[in-house]
Amino acid sequence: MTYWQDIWDRWQFLWDDRGDGVTYWQWMFSAWGYTVAVAAVSLVVALAIGCLVGTLRTVSQHRVVSALATGWVELFRNIPVLVQLFLWFFVISEIVPGMRGVPSFVLACCALGFFTSARIAEQVRAGIQALPRGQRQAALAMGFTQLQAYRYVILPQTFRIIIPPLTSEAMNIVKNSSVAFAVSIPELISFAMQTQEETSRGIEVYLAATVLYIITALAISWFMSILEKRARVPGLSSQGQGAH
Amino acid sequence: MIEMKNVSKWYGATQVLNDCSLNIDKGEVVVVCGPSGSGKSTLIKTINALEPVQKGEIWVDGVAVHDRATNLPKLRSRVGMVFQHFELFPHLTVTDNLTIAQMKVLGRGQDEAKQRGLKMLERVGLTAHKDKFPGQLSGGQQQRVAIARALSMDPIVMLFDEPTSALDPEMVGEVLDVMVGLAAEGMTMMVVTHEMGFARKVSNRVIFMDVGGHILEDTSKDEFFGNIEARQPRTREFLNKILPH
Ligand SMILES: Nc1ncnc2c1ncn2[C@@H]1O[C@H](COP(=O)(O)OP(=O)(O)OP(=O)(O)O)[C@@H](O)[C@H]1O
Ligand SMILES: [Mg+2]
Repeated sequence: MTYWQDIWDRWQFLWDDRGDGVTYWQWMFSAWGYTVAVAAVSLVVALAIGCLVGTLRTVSQHRVVSALATGWVELFRNIPVLVQLFLWFFVISEIVPGMRGVPSFVLACCALGFFTSARIAEQVRAGIQALPRGQRQAALAMGFTQLQAYRYVILPQTFRIIIPPLTSEAMNIVKNSSVAFAVSIPELISFAMQTQEETSRGIEVYLAATVLYIITALAISWFMSILEKRARVPGLSSQGQGAH
Repeated sequence: MIEMKNVSKWYGATQVLNDCSLNIDKGEVVVVCGPSGSGKSTLIKTINALEPVQKGEIWVDGVAVHDRATNLPKLRSRVGMVFQHFELFPHLTVTDNLTIAQMKVLGRGQDEAKQRGLKMLERVGLTAHKDKFPGQLSGGQQQRVAIARALSMDPIVMLFDEPTSALDPEMVGEVLDVMVGLAAEGMTMMVVTHEMGFARKVSNRVIFMDVGGHILEDTSKDEFFGNIEARQPRTREFLNKILPH
């Protein structure tokens, strides 16, 4: 029994007060909340920009627009995310007027969101280009404008194709949100590092953080599989390809 | 109804349409045939500007298709097109395929669009399938829905690009029957096809295209099939290949 008793005792620190009336237990959940919040806001930013930029890359009539979109992707995809975060934090917020007072939460979401937007843009572009060429022609032939062809024909099919890669992007963004500790956002990793310093319970602290990351990932995967099921079209193969 | 004057088109250095001129009157059915790669698809797609041209003029019902200022979506909404691979929208039900452009392009209300779409679906004999998705239909059924979809826009002319060549042989007939019916009703039609039976039965004229995008022949059906001796050597060669002996 002493063995189990020992293990039980090792986790007791979670109920300890960290010194300001907040227990480590409460701190951990607020940190988890920050992780989820940074990831969720970044994902919204990444999806919005990624869909727009990925779509623009396929608009061949406007060379300048598609070149700009390509530039966006190359820029934000090829700089390491931690470097991007520091650029936002130390460079952009210093030299761009009006950015000074912007909270680090917002800067972290910009950094993570823009980084991921480049990756999502690539998936959107690949998804659009995987559709049969005739779909766009059929839409235009019916009298749709370019914009309508995207809105009603191309993008709805693209989203069905890219749900699997979007799932892994959503999971990546949760993992990547851990870089936010570097700009003092009190998320899970920052909680783990500080708590292990204060309590010397490294094993327990990182174990707990790991479990919370896993729970988050499982929740995403569960949510996306529901989304995939709801978006499934009868008679269409799972890749969402056309009829030929 | 359709007039093409000295139309030429290049992809880079390769010429795919070479000085093509033709005329299609209201109510006429014109069949276009020719070897693979001769530019038949390109030619028919210039009429609704899916393929832009570098030279020449194209007029559809008095509208200058070649003019940059022309409102192409508006023109296209009046020109029905049927593709080799059907190109139904796979994420929409048959009914939604039939109504979406009516509502979003022509601005019809949902009830009106549905009524019109289902009427066209009935005419191709597929009312029972209105709630299915395209992937749940056979190729022949999909192509008939595609024809119904084009018809529900009340087009002034119908363009067909090899509508039966992606179909299993046993489904060709059901699609051709719909097209024969359309022709009988006086629809203006331009049909790229190798179905010479269809050409014989319902076309007024046959256009033969040869590689390089030349219109080599443009004659009445009776002349085309009835006086084979007078055809160009390339045409005879082509007909020998595809006609049963
Ligand atoms: N996007 C393109 N870029 C370059 N060349 C093209 C392109 N599209 C078509 N072509 C070429 O233009 C020529 C005409 O093509 P088109 O598809 O109009 O022929 P077709 O008569 O319809 O042939 P098929 O019977 O095989 O359908 C071909 O030589 C083809 O290789
Ligand atoms: Mg063709």
